[in-house]
Amino acid sequence: MQVSQVEQVVKKIPDSQELEKILNLIDLYGNRPENLIQILHGTQQIAGHIPLTLQCIIAEKLSIPVSEVSGVVSFYSFFSAKPRGKHIIRVCLGTACYVRGGKKLVETLQHKLQVNLGETTADGQFTLEIARCIGACGLAPAMMIDDEVFRQVNPNKVDSILQQYEGGRSS
Amino acid sequence: MIQCTIKRQSISVLEGTTILEAAKQNHIRIPNLCYMEGLHSTGSCRICSVEVVGAKTLMAACVTEVREGMQVFTHSKKVQDARKMLYQLLLSDHHQDCLRCNRNLECEFQELGRELGVTQSLFQTTSSRSAKDEGPSIVRDTSKCILCQRCVTVCQDIQGVGAIRVQNRGFQSVVAPAMELPLAQVNCANCGQCTIVCPVGALEGTDATEIVWQALHDPNVRVVMQCAPAIRVAIGELFDYPVGTRVTGKLAAAMKALGADDVFDTNWAADLTILEEGTELLHRLLKSLEGQPAAFPMITSCSPGWIKFVEHQYPHLLDHLSSCKSPHMMLGALSKSYYAEKLGINPKKIFVVSVMPCTAKKFEITREEMIHDGLKDVDAVLTTRELGRMIRQAGIDFRQLKDIPFDQPMGFSTGAADIFGVTGGVMEAALRTVYTVLSGRPLPFAKLHVESIRGMDEVKEATLVLQDLLPQYHALEGAHVKVVVTSGLHGARVLMDQIQAGNSPYLFMEVMGCPGGCITGGGQPRSHDPEVRSKRMKALYEEDESKVLRESHANPSIDALYREYLGEPCGERSHHLLHTHYIKRAPIIP
Repeated sequence: MQVSQVEQVVKKIPDSQELEKILNLIDLYGNRPENLIQILHGTQQIAGHIPLTLQCIIAEKLSIPVSEVSGVVSFYSFFSAKPRGKHIIRVCLGTACYVRGGKKLVETLQHKLQVNLGETTADGQFTLEIARCIGACGLAPAMMIDDEVFRQVNPNKVDSILQQYEGGRSS
Repeated sequence: MIQCTIKRQSISVLEGTTILEAAKQNHIRIPNLCYMEGLHSTGSCRICSVEVVGAKTLMAACVTEVREGMQVFTHSKKVQDARKMLYQLLLSDHHQDCLRCNRNLECEFQELGRELGVTQSLFQTTSSRSAKDEGPSIVRDTSKCILCQRCVTVCQDIQGVGAIRVQNRGFQSVVAPAMELPLAQVNCANCGQCTIVCPVGALEGTDATEIVWQALHDPNVRVVMQCAPAIRVAIGELFDYPVGTRVTGKLAAAMKALGADDVFDTNWAADLTILEEGTELLHRLLKSLEGQPAAFPMITSCSPGWIKFVEHQYPHLLDHLSSCKSPHMMLGALSKSYYAEKLGINPKKIFVVSVMPCTAKKFEITREEMIHDGLKDVDAVLTTRELGRMIRQAGIDFRQLKDIPFDQPMGFSTGAADIFGVTGGVMEAALRTVYTVLSGRPLPFAKLHVESIRGMDEVKEATLVLQDLLPQYHALEGAHVKVVVTSGLHGARVLMDQIQAGNSPYLFMEVMGCPGGCITGGGQPRSHDPEVRSKRMKALYEEDESKVLRESHANPSIDALYREYLGEPCGERSHHLLHTHYIKRAPIIP
């Protein structure tokens, strides 16, 4: 995935209102439908999520139906149409992590954060998701918070990990 | 040419032919489900899988081209077993409520199961999708959807709307509008073409039979029924007549037999539409000659799917639309005014039922602009398919019915009205009248037909030179009236983009929302005949030519209506009853 390239593009956009930035982004990608995924990545980076209103704007600019934009947004788990938390927790449920207690980890997190999978905590700090193998099978069970990987996480470690992110401190 | 064998039969076909087409050309049947000839071949259902000697896996016949020397087996044990398993897998995620499904016994998926010899469900599961979205025109029942995506193809590629598409992934996949909004909240035009191609009961017109039965059984209600031109050349198919059989008299008799008090003909109102719309065009022409602003081309407004489309996609160009209501709405409005007065009854006691080839008309009658003095112009719209169902439910033997004429005073029509049901027909009917009004002579073409605007081309045009006009129209002498016709919303988009860009050379434009016009509207019988369009088209032109009077302005009962009630075309009463306005809509309504 060309996330890093998209990041570079987003960095080039001068600081302005969110919507203006997104329009600028679409322009940088030449208003071309084949760049839809990159545009969605950039939009998500700028706005945090891609609600229907933004999907409509993207669709109009690219001259494609909104149903197509929504189809892509809902297909990829990295895109979200709903607001997401400040930090994204992804618990790996690939085979290795699954057998070594990944599921228990999910349950613990659900309980501690009081959210279901895909949901965001009431204070907007965390969104809980699952991932299908993050390539850290030797460190199972693994989870990621934003870009950081945590190895051999057991339910007892969860509190101390979460504490690193609470109270506005980020990695 | 390519030589190959299918089922050990040597065949030779053109390069680029798929296995499925090659088989078909040689009368070899390969079971298939998602395939639609010329429209949709994505290999998504895999039912057409065949064994190709030397290939590692089974190949989907609809997307695999034949190669030189290819040996294909269509019904080997391997293929038959695989096909059955594929069917079982599709079935495992399908809501198996066949007895209560409106497609029972008319379901392609059901027929396929019989063809493959599937007699049991291997997998006991519940459907992963269960949303039911009941809009004014179309009902979506995703629990029955088998994700073949024919509807997606028709909506996007044929109609150019793209209201629905696959959302989500894996078991959560569902064909739905953006963000799984209801159809009524997005840019769906309600054309119903998706309900024609759906092989199962996942997409169907919204049922109106219940409320119509209620009205028919209520002794205090006077039920006025009317039917569109396209019904008379299609409903016969539901009673085993060949495609393109004209059954006008039996259709009128069937509506009477159902219990309608009056059986009127929407054709009558089509003649009326020509007078109103023709006059509107003339007024615009004269206005622009006086230097006043007038939007050209003027565009026909009979097709409510087209109207909803343009309201969403080109809200800034609505002044191009004729202000005329569609013909059945005119007849409805006059039933509750002109006719009620004639009868001396309270219009509130009249219940107007329109039998239409169209699902968009179901939405049209709910529009606020179509309610006058607290009365709905039309109370219920039945599709051709629904009327067929009601005729069966009432135990009426359609084939044995004696032909009867439509009732007066809203039952007589000219040939010009018949062709309203086919692409190019409204334009031809309008030209017949406008030319005669201006020149005092009939349209100077053989059999009054404007050949260049007929048929299935996406965009068709004609130019009429106005010469030797009557003195009062001297100002228009020598004018070249350039007209254009399209059917299907894809073509409409092409012409609207032209208007938007400011280089549309036309004065008058006809748009019908469905490809081919109302004859193959979203409410018509589903046909397996690849020539269904041309056959129904031919039948409507025959109906036109069978009549003595073939110009709308020659209709004596329309003349009487103006004398007795309306005064003049586009007069004050007409404006109140027969004209409407349009609404600017967003491309998608959040």
